[in-house]
Amino acid sequence: MIFMTKKEIKIGGIQITKGAVISNPGSTKNYKTGEWRTFKPSIDQAKCIKCAKCWMTCPDAAVYKDKEGRFQVNYDYCKGCLLCEKECPVKAISHKVEEK
Amino acid sequence: MVKKVVISGADAIANAVKLCRPKVLPMYPITPSTLVPERLAEYVFNGELDAEMIHVESEHSAASALYGVYAMGLRSFTATASQGLALMHEILPIISASRFPAVMAVANRTLSGPLNIWNDHSDAMSERDQGWIQLYCESAQEAFDTTIMAYKIAETEKVCLPVMVCIDGFSLSHVYEPLQIEDQEKVDLFLPEYKPHDFLDISSPKSFGAFATPATYFEFKEQYQEAMDESLKIISQVHEEFAKKFGRTYGNGLMELVEMKDAEYALLAVGTAAGTTRVVIEELRKKGKKVGLIKLKTIRPFPVEEIKKACKNLKALGVIDRHVSLGYEGALTIDVKAALKEEKVKVEGFVAGLGGRDIDRKRILFAFEALMQGKKGFWLK
Repeated sequence: MIFMTKKEIKIGGIQITKGAVISNPGSTKNYKTGEWRTFKPSIDQAKCIKCAKCWMTCPDAAVYKDKEGRFQVNYDYCKGCLLCEKECPVKAISHKVEEK
Repeated sequence: MVKKVVISGADAIANAVKLCRPKVLPMYPITPSTLVPERLAEYVFNGELDAEMIHVESEHSAASALYGVYAMGLRSFTATASQGLALMHEILPIISASRFPAVMAVANRTLSGPLNIWNDHSDAMSERDQGWIQLYCESAQEAFDTTIMAYKIAETEKVCLPVMVCIDGFSLSHVYEPLQIEDQEKVDLFLPEYKPHDFLDISSPKSFGAFATPATYFEFKEQYQEAMDESLKIISQVHEEFAKKFGRTYGNGLMELVEMKDAEYALLAVGTAAGTTRVVIEELRKKGKKVGLIKLKTIRPFPVEEIKKACKNLKALGVIDRHVSLGYEGALTIDVKAALKEEKVKVEGFVAGLGGRDIDRKRILFAFEALMQGKKGFWLK
């Protein structure tokens, strides 16, 4: 627990502003929700047919297409729900239990 | 020109709001606050008030729209009571946490059930922990004046918190009393145009209502508590300024003391119950009894030091409580007892007036007698 000394207005880079207003919007992206993950999916590029089902299904938009057109997982935001694994028609996605 | 009229308490609030020039009015009528939106709708329709009225579908929406109007950086207002206030519950702390200086009138009415439309303070008292300043009124004139002061208090930079102006349902909202309506120019001088600290602006984008993790939430709450503490001073200052400009006072804005200088026994009452207590005190004083009244106007923030000071020489203090925290005792009694925990004065709670039961002269007299005989507090049925 943080016990704040009087008038200290920044905690972990977050400003305690009047009315909790954020004056530089888009700060949510600094919050790496991938930390919540227990199951870590990975895509086997050899099996992948690039149907983009994982890309469409991911509720956190954590699957992206890289420059070579391959689908990749952004582990900063992947919470490990494994919907991508469930939806993949060619079973190109598998997962491991992630221990931290 | 100053106008003298005879008007109901709810009408007095509508008149005051008109003079404060809100720009958008999201309102949903509910007894006994209905007259407030009714009158304001008339003013908008007649062109007397340059504002837009939103006919929302519920009080939850009224409070949400109130938030929205302040996020746009405009002055607003709404009024409600009872179940309507309860339905707003979810939004109330969001408005205060955003530091939006909203003003809302509450025509206090009990909460169901059993279904009952009459007055007690259970609606507003149930919302006392939500970061809203709560000011209670005794007369139509006080309701009128308090509404104007409420905007000034809310919009003071150090406060920036919403204010509830509470009037007793029916016994004030529907009672006709003489009222002095002030000049628009005079009110404009007292209450300048609203300047928001932050608002939704395309040229300078900002996030409102962002979430706070356990690492910061605590500190935000601390900020609101500090603003609440600060508002105690500001309420008195604004009241003083109001008194200078308009020549009317209500104690120090936090509470009013009646015959308290040499009093040995006193009652603490809120709203219209204070009016009846004044009459009883006059009566008892004629008989040589040293009795007094603390009329509490500001319930949140709670003026602990002022209450301590007022009770220094008392033998016993009775609290007339129009709301009971079921399973314990009157909610106001709990607050007063906590404030006076280090003082010698004995505090007794009298739960009274629930669901519109009259708090008449006889009942107040009964409470005073019990107090003077050293009896314990009870339900003043």
